[in-house]
Amino acid sequence: MNQATAIELRSLGHEAPVAEAAGHAVSKEIVVGYGFWIFLLSDIVMFAALFAAYAVLAHSTAGGFSGRDLFSQKSVAIETACLLFSSYTCGLMSLGVEARRQGAFYFGALVTFVLGAAFLGLELREFSDMIARGATPQSSAFLSSFFALVGCHGVHVAVGLVWLAVMVVQVAVKDFRASVVRRLQCFSLFWHALDIIWVALFSVVYLMGVAP
Amino acid sequence: MNLLGKLDWDAVPLHEPIVMGAVGFMVLIVVAVLAFVTAKGLWKYLWQEWLTSVDHKRIGVMYIVLALLMLLRGFSDAIMMRSQQALAAAGSQGYLPPGHFDQVFSAHGTIMIFFMAMPFVIGMMNIVVPLQLGQRDMAFPTLNSVGLWLTASAIALVNVSLAVGEFARTGWVAYPPLSELQFSPGVGVDYYLWSLQISGVGTLLTGINFVTTILKMRAPGMSLMKMPVFCWTALASNLLIVAAFPVLTATFAMLLLDRYLGFHFFTTDAGGNPMMYVNLFWVWGHPEVYILILPAFGIFSEIAATFSGKPLFGYRSMVGATMVICVLSLLVWLHHFFTMGASANVNGFFGVMTMIIAVPTGVKIYNWLFTMYGGRVRFTTPVLWMLGFMVTFVIGGMTGVLTAVPPADFQLHNSTFLVAHFHNVIIGGVVFGLMAGYNYWFPKVFGFKLDERWGKASFWCWFVGFYVAFVPMYVLGLMGMTRRLQHYDNPAWQPWLIVAAIGAFIIALGIACTLVQLVVSILNRERNRDLTGDPWNGRTLEWSTSSPPPAWNFAVTPRVTEKDAFWVAKQHALANGAEPQPARRYEAIEMPTRSGVGFVTAFFAVVTGFALIWHIWWLTLVGLAGAFLATLAFAFREHEEVEVPAERLAAFDRAHPVGVTV
Amino acid sequence: MSAIHAETAPVLVQDGPSHWLVYTTGLVLALVLTGTSFWVANSSILWAPGIAIGLAVLAIAQMGIHLVFFLHMTSSPDNTNHALALAFGVLVVFMVVAGSLWIMRDLNEGMKMPAGQSMGSSMEMPMNMPMQH
Repeated sequence: MNQATAIELRSLGHEAPVAEAAGHAVSKEIVVGYGFWIFLLSDIVMFAALFAAYAVLAHSTAGGFSGRDLFSQKSVAIETACLLFSSYTCGLMSLGVEARRQGAFYFGALVTFVLGAAFLGLELREFSDMIARGATPQSSAFLSSFFALVGCHGVHVAVGLVWLAVMVVQVAVKDFRASVVRRLQCFSLFWHALDIIWVALFSVVYLMGVAP
Repeated sequence: MNLLGKLDWDAVPLHEPIVMGAVGFMVLIVVAVLAFVTAKGLWKYLWQEWLTSVDHKRIGVMYIVLALLMLLRGFSDAIMMRSQQALAAAGSQGYLPPGHFDQVFSAHGTIMIFFMAMPFVIGMMNIVVPLQLGQRDMAFPTLNSVGLWLTASAIALVNVSLAVGEFARTGWVAYPPLSELQFSPGVGVDYYLWSLQISGVGTLLTGINFVTTILKMRAPGMSLMKMPVFCWTALASNLLIVAAFPVLTATFAMLLLDRYLGFHFFTTDAGGNPMMYVNLFWVWGHPEVYILILPAFGIFSEIAATFSGKPLFGYRSMVGATMVICVLSLLVWLHHFFTMGASANVNGFFGVMTMIIAVPTGVKIYNWLFTMYGGRVRFTTPVLWMLGFMVTFVIGGMTGVLTAVPPADFQLHNSTFLVAHFHNVIIGGVVFGLMAGYNYWFPKVFGFKLDERWGKASFWCWFVGFYVAFVPMYVLGLMGMTRRLQHYDNPAWQPWLIVAAIGAFIIALGIACTLVQLVVSILNRERNRDLTGDPWNGRTLEWSTSSPPPAWNFAVTPRVTEKDAFWVAKQHALANGAEPQPARRYEAIEMPTRSGVGFVTAFFAVVTGFALIWHIWWLTLVGLAGAFLATLAFAFREHEEVEVPAERLAAFDRAHPVGVTV
Repeated sequence: MSAIHAETAPVLVQDGPSHWLVYTTGLVLALVLTGTSFWVANSSILWAPGIAIGLAVLAIAQMGIHLVFFLHMTSSPDNTNHALALAFGVLVVFMVVAGSLWIMRDLNEGMKMPAGQSMGSSMEMPMNMPMQH
């Protein structure tokens, strides 16, 4: 955004403004980062509605399975570790982007992808095990809300993985162009936010669900 | 495996003459428009200048065009309901069978809220906010286009439902268990859910866009407390969009999971809880009405100040009241279901909160009154709409405070008294505000004013028609008539309903006057040209541009030091007499390139939605893949911006001189 | 709009200790808190009714670690808009979740049979209602 001249203002009898800071052009990075931040907050509100539904329906097991019958602490612990470490490697990937080093970027992206995929794989296995035991989402309101809440998070992770793959191709094709860097920053925000949501998820659903 | 899912020829309601008549009429119009565009060779122009435009002004115009078209459809529903109820007394069945009548009232509410009021408000904000902030466009121009076209997709689906299949029969709120598969096995509720999910995405993108633009992109020197009040109300409205729409998305997703995959969120068995739908729906539903009304309040603030020739009275209290309403609107939602059986404590809390929210609204009314007091008020069409609003909205607000008392609401809930109340505030507040804004900003967008006489005629028809239509509904509600009745037994109600039907026809005249006003204004446009960019002696930055502004709005970004920056600049120019304005220094700027990604993704959204509604799974995948590929194509495009050279900026300003630049 | 070819500084970067250290510190802290959460839930170290609160506190702490160490949220003026937006988001989440829980619990109480049987959401809808057409 080009700067306005002060000539017009002097023609109207004003002094040129003292503080440049109050009105200097805001860079596109900041605007995009803020916009994505707002999007993330809206996504968190959506999860809040699913959380509210889960909290209301958590005991509506219709005489069937409850959380205590189904949740494997070990599996959840490994999933949590995968996602947390993937958040870490995503941070390392961001460092590679900042330093404009393609090698560091690709390595960080790859490890993040693998860990994220591992998380999803474990979660899918957990779901299929539950369904095989008869704990289907169609059998009770509790299970409906469980599958929807945790599943929604899983869908977000899957979308994130697709996005990451596309970004790897973007870097390969377009290098660290400004628009690519902005999108990578949005991806990092997204990926970290997913881990934050997972913290709430495993605390409320899995840990509180089995606590005595 | 059926290739076409549930779709077959039975889906077309050939045996329903009224529906087929409406379908025929719509098809005729679509064909006529396509023929016109082809005959005039306008396809390239249309594609390049409008369908792929990312210009906020063009996008705003398209939103308003959609809104006006859907006003016609939503209002036809209203005429049908009023005439049916005027006829169907004490043994008569009227002319609309029950299933059809149910679809009519469901479509009326859905269309008026989601596809008339929302696009109209969003279009208005789109046109005005960047100009008032001294900006060249929104923060995310392409996302803006995507939001527009997703809204259009949803509108397409709702209109297709008339010809292929049916619409929901559940009312516009679609409560379970009625909206569950067991009691609504047809496609009607699916049309409702998928089109609203699609438009919901678009609306959320809009919310993000406006919040970012208003908070991060303002002219140098324009601190938040120097921003026009319309931008403050736009900010509050869009914060509510970001806060509330995700809840609606989640709620509809849960209902869709129930319907498509047999989940049990809201079913009456296996532990489901239909009351939770009602709760979550209104968590969204109440903020929604404030999303609609706050920008209307902002429009009135602008109009009050401009046409009184005085600054807005109580700027700070106006801002404070706006933000208080924004937060409080998130704390009142239970008043939509006092009768669902919550305890006295819960009902009492929400009843009190609902009454409290009337206070900041009252502050605003007083500020508008004090703005006009002592000013030289010019009684133009926008001002008439504002005066009509002040009377009508206040009455509607008072009936709202009345129903906010839970024991009173137990009598009035779902009666026609309630229907009269919310139409009172929505028509008196939102519609009157939008009509005022339409008349006020039309010259800025199109370069010529709207005809005053037809504008005033339209206002008087709406104003009189509203009271003739809805005062009987208040009376009927107190007499015990419930809403959504296809027929009724009590003959004492019929005279009132006949009067209400007459009122609806008077409003129809008002809509006709608006259409005539547009045609007449276009024919007389040379006589009504706005040559200065400032036809009303305005106060805010949009009036410092030419009418219409260039694509880039401001060749040189204005620097602002006070509120009402344009007014201040004009006063200084007057005070300093005929000092020659020195030459401005132009520099090349960059504008975002246009993009088809919005239009194309929206096309695939229609495909996907239609496929999901009819259970055509392969087509769903095709639609999703198409949308994904279109997004990819956009992500890998080469040119993101186009440079506008300094000479072109200078040439435009020379050809379109305005009075005072800021 | 900024020029395409200009290299502009990334958004959420702070000057100070090496970033590698920031992320690693965050990881270690998060691991400790996560481990503590699992331990609290699965052992009897906390008084049983206090477990939920303990888990909530630990969860909020973990979210804070993420925000500070991974998302670089600080109290600097550049971040004020972000912090305000987050506060607004947290407020909305709180109102939606707490409000819904209060309302639904209250409504479910009202649905209980007088003899104190479990929540009556198994109302049978009469199936002899004529379908409208």
